[in-house]
Amino acid sequence: MSTLDISSDPRDTGLDERALARRLADLWQTPRGIIGTLSSVDHKIIGRRYIVTAFFFLLLGGVLALAIRIQLAKPENRFLAPDLYNQVFTVHGANMMFLFAVPVMEAFAVYLVPLMIGTRNIAFPRLNAFSYWIYLPGGITLWVAFALDMGPDVGWFAYVPLSGPQYGAGKRADIWAQMITFTEVSALAVAVELVVTIFKQRAPGMSLDKIPLFVWSMLVTSFLIIMAMPAIMVASTTLILDRLVGTHFYNPAEGGDVLLWQHLFWFFGHPEVYIIFLPAVGMVSTIVSTFARRPIFGYLPLVLALFATGILAFGLWVHHMFVVGLPRVGESFFTASSMAIAVPNGIQIFCWLATLWDGRPVFKTPLLFVIAFIITFVIGGLTGVMVASVPLDTQVHDTYFVVAHFHYVLVGGAVFPLLGAVYYWYPKIIGRMMSERLGRWVAGLVFVGFNLTFFPMHILGLIGMPRRVYTYGPEMNWGSINLFVSLSAAILAAGFLLFFVDAIRSAFSGEPAPENPWNAPTLEWATSSPPPSYNFERIPVVSSSDPLWETPETLPVATGLRTDRRELLLTSLSEANPQARESSPRDSIWPFLAAIATTVMLISSIFSAWAVVWGSVPIAVTLIAWFWPKGTPEDAA
Amino acid sequence: MRQRIALDVSELPMHGLEGASPTWWGTFAFMLLEGTGFALVIAMYLYLLDLAPQWPIGAEPPRLGPGTALTVILIASLVPNLFISRWARERNMRKVRFGIVIMSLLGIAPLIPRAFEFSALNTSWDSNAYGSILWTMLGLHTTHIVTDVADTIVLAVLMFTRHGTNLRRLGDVQDNALYWNFVVLTWLPLYICIYWIPRL
Amino acid sequence: MRPRLKALLGAACALPGASCVGWQSTLSPQGPHAESLLRLIFAFAIVCALVWILVVAMLAGALMRRRRISREPLASRPREERRLGMLVGAATAATVVVITGLTVLSFVATRGLEASHDDALKLRMRGYQWWWEVTYLDPRPDRIFLTANEIHVPIGRPVEIELSAADVIHSFWVPSLAGKKDLIPGRDNAITFTATRPGVYRGQCAEFCGLQHAHMAFLVIAEPPEAFDGWRRAQLTDASAQTTSEEERGRGVFTQKACAACHTVRGTSASGSLGPDLTHVASRRYIAAGLLESTRGSFAAWIADPETLKPGSNMPNVPLTSDDLRDVSAFMASLK
Ligand code: HEA
Ligand code: HEA
Ligand code: HEC
Ligand code: CUA
Ligand SMILES: [Cu+2]
Repeated sequence: MSTLDISSDPRDTGLDERALARRLADLWQTPRGIIGTLSSVDHKIIGRRYIVTAFFFLLLGGVLALAIRIQLAKPENRFLAPDLYNQVFTVHGANMMFLFAVPVMEAFAVYLVPLMIGTRNIAFPRLNAFSYWIYLPGGITLWVAFALDMGPDVGWFAYVPLSGPQYGAGKRADIWAQMITFTEVSALAVAVELVVTIFKQRAPGMSLDKIPLFVWSMLVTSFLIIMAMPAIMVASTTLILDRLVGTHFYNPAEGGDVLLWQHLFWFFGHPEVYIIFLPAVGMVSTIVSTFARRPIFGYLPLVLALFATGILAFGLWVHHMFVVGLPRVGESFFTASSMAIAVPNGIQIFCWLATLWDGRPVFKTPLLFVIAFIITFVIGGLTGVMVASVPLDTQVHDTYFVVAHFHYVLVGGAVFPLLGAVYYWYPKIIGRMMSERLGRWVAGLVFVGFNLTFFPMHILGLIGMPRRVYTYGPEMNWGSINLFVSLSAAILAAGFLLFFVDAIRSAFSGEPAPENPWNAPTLEWATSSPPPSYNFERIPVVSSSDPLWETPETLPVATGLRTDRRELLLTSLSEANPQARESSPRDSIWPFLAAIATTVMLISSIFSAWAVVWGSVPIAVTLIAWFWPKGTPEDAA
Repeated sequence: MRQRIALDVSELPMHGLEGASPTWWGTFAFMLLEGTGFALVIAMYLYLLDLAPQWPIGAEPPRLGPGTALTVILIASLVPNLFISRWARERNMRKVRFGIVIMSLLGIAPLIPRAFEFSALNTSWDSNAYGSILWTMLGLHTTHIVTDVADTIVLAVLMFTRHGTNLRRLGDVQDNALYWNFVVLTWLPLYICIYWIPRL
Repeated sequence: MRPRLKALLGAACALPGASCVGWQSTLSPQGPHAESLLRLIFAFAIVCALVWILVVAMLAGALMRRRRISREPLASRPREERRLGMLVGAATAATVVVITGLTVLSFVATRGLEASHDDALKLRMRGYQWWWEVTYLDPRPDRIFLTANEIHVPIGRPVEIELSAADVIHSFWVPSLAGKKDLIPGRDNAITFTATRPGVYRGQCAEFCGLQHAHMAFLVIAEPPEAFDGWRRAQLTDASAQTTSEEERGRGVFTQKACAACHTVRGTSASGSLGPDLTHVASRRYIAAGLLESTRGSFAAWIADPETLKPGSNMPNVPLTSDDLRDVSAFMASLK
């Protein structure tokens, strides 16, 4: 077998640290210039873009939330016309779920997982670049459509027949369906990358029982994505077919069924909420352990709880359909399974409490967010248990009680940990600290503002206010609570505003961050802040689940990797024994071009089915160019 | 942090194969993903069947000819597919080149009966839900054949260029063979749903 | 309801502006179904509140506990670990017990709601974008009649409503009487409830159904059986005769203009079925599914410009002269 010619002594073994760092930088650095920017395959650059974009969508979605709150602040308000209101809450929900919550969690994983497991880049880095370049146009599609008064107006779960060919006029529902396609393609790509990265690229010695909990949570989340998102792909595709070429999947007159849509949607939709929640759980475990200054209590139960939640997640979808008139037995099963999920969730809460109890908590901002999280999320989880009861849900389904439930779990359960995670990892990502003083204000404002905004919604639901109404009459007695809620939302918004101010300000004038400002135990803190393009000069070798606490002064590392091609280490699945030195692809413009080609095809297919045919030709061309070997040293075997 | 050398990996191979190869695992992940998609489409089929007073809705069951011919070709293609996978493992470049050409042809061959299958369904996608789900099943599987055969042909071309001698190509061939098994195996339940369940 | 629950209810109502004795409120049940559901809600809420208090107390304890020695993060202390393990195990076991209890409670409540009734009053409601068509069923065809957006029921007698949808999914919900049930195109559903006290209860479509989902309300008027029978007899009759010439002219306008193509007024030639049956429209408290009280003025406003009052509504603006408009509203107002 011939291999490519490789220059003399390419290994890192004999190099001193300075020389090694210089060589690695030459090798891994993303090239400058616009082409370089579009070609980058560095997981940190892509992860950072992802995070910033997702937070931008949070801001936009939040502005819509404020518009909702202004409209509902008093009875018969005329701030938003009904048609606009329906677009606003649909775009708010779809944007928050598909463009903010899921991508932001993946974004953190894309950035952090390779660092936490001690490797140089994510598996399939070009796919990773592609996933970002397909996510961005998906978001732009939704918002441009909204700006052109073509935003979807059918709710974030787009029930047929309202979204079907007969009642969903114009292209609004198609925009929704195609936005789904964009974001799902990108989510699926990231999920596959993460699974393979976690399976194959862990640092030597990082056996299954030493994987950081955030990485475990992302592994389970990735499997949830892989097995749940096909359902929404099938659903949105068949919806587009119904609308565009006249199939009859959802047309009862021709043998179709409207409930089929709900089954498909929620078979995805329920796991979706854990796709958002489980990464947050991983963040909480990480933060709790660092600031309690002891290893997490109950590592194994926490991992098992992740798996239990992941598996149970596929057996709950009908709890969103308790009032559609399904057979009693089926409903009872779904009540039982929904309640059962309280057990793994409880175990997690108890393990965190035990860790805090036994540790010596350091009250930095990230921990404050975790405390806010526990207090708030448990309320949301418990109202989840309430709505899991079929008879109880017949009263509160589709009311503001449910709106309260899901904001408690989404914001309290996922966004609070996320904000904590930003304060926690910001120094690593940006190289500067965020302000501890402002951080406390943010945590306080968001916590208080959130609870004042959303707790009264439980009562609104119980006194009869349905969700998704653009207005209500003065005779309904909902006015004063709604006003209170809307005013409180201003406090919440102030909190978020302060957060954004702090994040932007600190990027310029924050205190420079040392390698490991929190004295944390995981590998991402073993490299500089921000990390160099190659992450680690030498791949760490791990012998504990808290490596930096085990050996605080020195880092055991491996030598023998080449310095003339991008090389990383593959290890075995369970024990993480070294198996091979694998190359990692270089920067390439083709993923970007492939994403452009895919975007053109997807958008055109809203208007003509034939776009799928002619649109796939450029996609095929870009893909072939992408995969065609370029004869670089990375090709050597 | 200060570093302490604890391990020397310079003797490891420069490329992982099979279980040690990321693309191999990536292929698995994609198979899981698409397998879920196929399973859901089959679930949809059974759901609509369960709902319909009669099945098929307003049509004769599909004609068996083209679909069965395609099934035979697909199953027959598994034999050279297994061989090419073995040859790749044995690093026998000549046989692999031969095999990949055969597999390209065997990938194109089923497209011929497939073209006739659509008209053999006796129903159209826009006649009713039964027609819609049948066309969707067939369409979904056809895209899988087409993408995989395109992949195989590109790989075959590669094998005859200067990149062909690269060990990595052998890994690619193995992954490609793995995926073809998946394309064949997912067809079997679809075949039963489309052609035999309406005859029950 | 037990006094303790009453007290809690009172506490909830003391929140600023919350009025729990509303006419569309889960918290003011007016029949056995809604009462048992409210008991269930309170049972769950109390259990959940206790669980939350325990968790937050544990959290507070964990954070504020006095700690003696400082130590290395990885110091090994098997005894403490074992003790913590037992605590977590106990809390998990308690969780299992609590959710088992809640699940059983939920099943029992479901069972209690299921009871078939032979003497039930049967009617049919069909959801349209954005109004409710009501059909009172009867074995005798001449005793079947249509109305819209308002149903009357006798107290003490179970009511069974067949639910279906004409266009998109809607949901039937009268919180003071029962939980909700969807109206789904291509499927048939039913809901049963009993009203125990006379009163006017509001219901509202609970499933998002498009532009005017917010204005798709209806009323349930529960009355003593005699009053109900009287109402039913009145509804069975044709439209009352017009007494003034204005009304007379209005009837002419109505039957000659587009109105008659969509609406039925029994006793006239108008027999359209795209819109609500208007035979006794003035006897109903509201028009346009809860939008306006049925006064002559609101008839005029509605007929003059439904598109502004209820944007998207399926009733078009029918061009009428102001005289015609005056007459036709007089005619509407006469349809008691
Ligand atoms: C992050 C997102 C997230 C999370 C984590 C959850 C968690 C849960 N959800 Fe939620 N849910 C949503 C997001 C989420 N949900 C969304 C977005 C919707 C609405 C979609 C829409 O209609 O638009 C929804 C709607 C929804 C419904 C449908 C309601 C309706 O439409 O009528 C139901 C019904 O069963 C439900 C149940 C649950 C349950 C049982 C949990 C459980 O996982 C909660 C478990 C947690 C705890 C119980 C707390 C911790 C445990 C302890 C402290 C132990 C002690 C506890 C006990 C003894 C009980 N959810
Ligand atoms: C992760 C998901 C997520 C998040 C974070 C939020 C955040 C918020 N949501 Fe959202 N919401 C959903 C997911 C989410 N929501 C979903 C899925 C639905 C269902 C949609 C449907 O029914 O289809 C929904 C529906 C929904 C409704 C019900 C609408 C209806 O049924 O008619 C309401 C009503 O109050 C609401 C309010 C809010 C508010 C006040 C916030 C706040 O937390 C937002 C706070 C953030 C900001 C305010 C941004 C930062 C602000 C600034 C930087 C200030 C600067 C701004 C200006 C100068 C203008 N949401
Ligand atoms: C194209 C059909 C159509 C025509 C023509 C039409 N209507 Fe209507 N009408 C409707 C529909 C549909 C509704 C229900 C609207 C809603 O509540 O959203 C309605 C509601 C009403 C109501 C309120 C009924 C109730 O119980 O809530 C009145 C009164 C009424 N129409 C009178 C008229 C008159 C008078 C005319 C002629 C000038 C007319 N309609 C013409 C379709 C029509
Ligand atoms: Cu009908 Cu909402
Ligand atoms: Cu759910």
